[in-house]
Amino acid sequence: MTTHTDGAFVRSSFSEASPPPMRMAGGLYWLKENLFSSPLNAIFSLLILFGLYEIIPGLINSMLITAVWVAKDSKDCVAESVGHPVGVCWGFVNAHWNYFIFGQYPETMRWRPELFFALEAFGIAWLLVPSAPRKDWGMVYFFLIFPVIAFFLLSGSETLGLPIVQTHYWGGFLVSIVIGTVGIVVSLPLGIIFALGRRSHMPVARSSSVIVIEFVRGVPLITVLFMANVMFPLFVPDGWRPDPLLRVLVGVAVFFSAYMAETVRGGLQAISRGQYEAAQALGLGYWQMMVKIILPQALKIVIPGIVNNFIGLFKDTTLVAIVSIFDFLKVIDASLNDPVWRTSGMPFAGYVFAAIVYFVLCYGMARYSMSVERRLATDHRH
Amino acid sequence: MTAMQDSSTGAAKVVFYNDPRVRSLFFQFLLLAAIFALFYFAYDNTVANLRKRNIAQGFGFWNVEAGFDISQTLISYSAASSYGRAFWVGLLNTLLVSAVSIVFATILGVLIGILRLSKNWLVATLATVYVEIFRNVPLLLVLYFWYRGVIGLLPEPKESIHLPGQILLNTRGLLTPRPIFGEAFIYPLAALLASIIAGFVIFWWARRVQFQTGKRPKAGLLTTAIILIVPSLVFILAGSPLSFDVPVQGRFNSSGGMTLLPEFVSMVVGLTTYTAAFIAENVRAGILAISKGQTEASQALGLSHGQTIRLVIMPQALRVIVPLLNSEYLSLIKNSSLGVSIGYPDLVNVFTGTVLNQTGQAVEMVSVTMVVYLSISLITSLFMNWFNRRVALVER
Repeated sequence: MTTHTDGAFVRSSFSEASPPPMRMAGGLYWLKENLFSSPLNAIFSLLILFGLYEIIPGLINSMLITAVWVAKDSKDCVAESVGHPVGVCWGFVNAHWNYFIFGQYPETMRWRPELFFALEAFGIAWLLVPSAPRKDWGMVYFFLIFPVIAFFLLSGSETLGLPIVQTHYWGGFLVSIVIGTVGIVVSLPLGIIFALGRRSHMPVARSSSVIVIEFVRGVPLITVLFMANVMFPLFVPDGWRPDPLLRVLVGVAVFFSAYMAETVRGGLQAISRGQYEAAQALGLGYWQMMVKIILPQALKIVIPGIVNNFIGLFKDTTLVAIVSIFDFLKVIDASLNDPVWRTSGMPFAGYVFAAIVYFVLCYGMARYSMSVERRLATDHRH
Repeated sequence: MTAMQDSSTGAAKVVFYNDPRVRSLFFQFLLLAAIFALFYFAYDNTVANLRKRNIAQGFGFWNVEAGFDISQTLISYSAASSYGRAFWVGLLNTLLVSAVSIVFATILGVLIGILRLSKNWLVATLATVYVEIFRNVPLLLVLYFWYRGVIGLLPEPKESIHLPGQILLNTRGLLTPRPIFGEAFIYPLAALLASIIAGFVIFWWARRVQFQTGKRPKAGLLTTAIILIVPSLVFILAGSPLSFDVPVQGRFNSSGGMTLLPEFVSMVVGLTTYTAAFIAENVRAGILAISKGQTEASQALGLSHGQTIRLVIMPQALRVIVPLLNSEYLSLIKNSSLGVSIGYPDLVNVFTGTVLNQTGQAVEMVSVTMVVYLSISLITSLFMNWFNRRVALVER
């Protein structure tokens, strides 16, 4: 080695990179390249900038500066009582805050839904934060222990000393989260079963899975909710009288199982045949093969798909309003019909607030699913 | 020989309950029995419950007088019409709002999808903001927003907003002039048809000339000129056989013209703005799926930017986009059932809503509605699959 370097010139360090040409860097270059690269682009840019200049200050003004933050009724949000032109009446949201979150859940027992939110957040963080340990216990917690605790916590139990709270007192964000949670907790296992059924070699299992999946995916959620609401009580003996929220939960769970099944099936199909054959060669039976070899790999691949499905599920929980369940959007809508709050600008405040809440949650989930996708992409690169 | 005998006797030694085939049959039998038990349980209870509540069964209601009005009817309908007629009115309203929204959503979606890939940072960012907002809020909220937040704020008829083209906008909806076609209108219509056919012939001829000489005649310009000029000439020669019934602004109501219900307008605007965001994502994905080499190759061949997109990128991108569009269209049609939430008289609103409330025959109403949506889904899928096969890559 040394003989090679003797007498020859060997660099001990990299030479400094020369700076980019003056016209290839800096803010001006960025502007030229991204906004004014051609006459047409320049015109577009100027038009948009002018439009933004017209809209944005007015928007900030009405959303923040002239907005009314605290109000008792709509009279506090008119120009006469405030003294200056009024923007958005956030006082409407402020005054209804507790109603929007808990619905008519008894005030003295609000700690129960609050604890429920905390337990849910804990479970979700456990499962979704990549560095959290023991995901298997996390699964057991979220899919088995947490639902049982949540049920007794929210609806109450005499033996535990928690007064019963009928579901028609539940409402608002609480109901949206309950529907979303039941949706995911039921539809993931059920979806896995349907997906396995669809790929099964048994004709009866396969055809019944295909029929359920394709039927449910071919009809709108509303019709499934109507079915759950008006037909489900007919299907069971007269004395049962299923709870209205329970009926809707059954509908939502079945509906999303079909979509979840298709997502999971994608994952199952992505697992190479060799994995199945290797598992069989080791003498594993069907369920051992699935639970120990195939599903852990398949589910890992489809985490982004599951999260995207869940975003759709969460957005669609708003449809339960049509069968008179008071979810988050419905309580806002109901508050808008309150005569005390009936002015023309109020729907705007209510709906913008709802939009912000849904956007933050769904966009957050979408970003998470993208980050998982990126992380998994490196795992699977050959 | 011995090995084979061993294995065959080995197979025979398996106890019958460990034989995969016996097990498979056994489990399938169990599953079948469970399904039948479930169905029988539901059927038995339903019959008993219906009898107890005195609810009729079957489709006898179909020809019974409905006794309610529907705000938007494409076919003649009155309160004296039958439930069956109401069904068709609802179905047509669903199809109308879906078809109109699909057209607008596709146009808007393709536009935004292309804008998202614009080199202009402002344009691309604005398109991204649009897509992210509409993809992350519920459709119901979008509909409420348009219906109550925007269209609900429109002025009373006496203060109608006047739009160009003698269109009025007020709480009653969007009032447009109604065209009245004279008898001689058939001539310009025929001329238009003839010009379109002539256009196809010109394109076919232009293609042939291009293949033979390598130079393409300006067929597009020629065709546009023919389609614009010839029917207009015939229209004037036939004595302008078209007049408009213009809406007149009244104090409490407006008369004349054609009214698009505020519910209909909200549905179209809501479905369009919402679905366009999803279509834009699909279009973007389709275009991004085409490798950059294709663009560079077509530029090397001397194709202009427009030609590159039209002749090289789009035909390939369509292969990715079409199957995705299929599912977007299907969800749009299914989403049109949200009309019930703002009072648009679609199938779900009319049939699963009003008719169900009047007759109480839940099983029939919900089943019919589901079958209709299933059939629509199936037909749309078949059509899109046919279209997909046409644009699919033909491999050697």
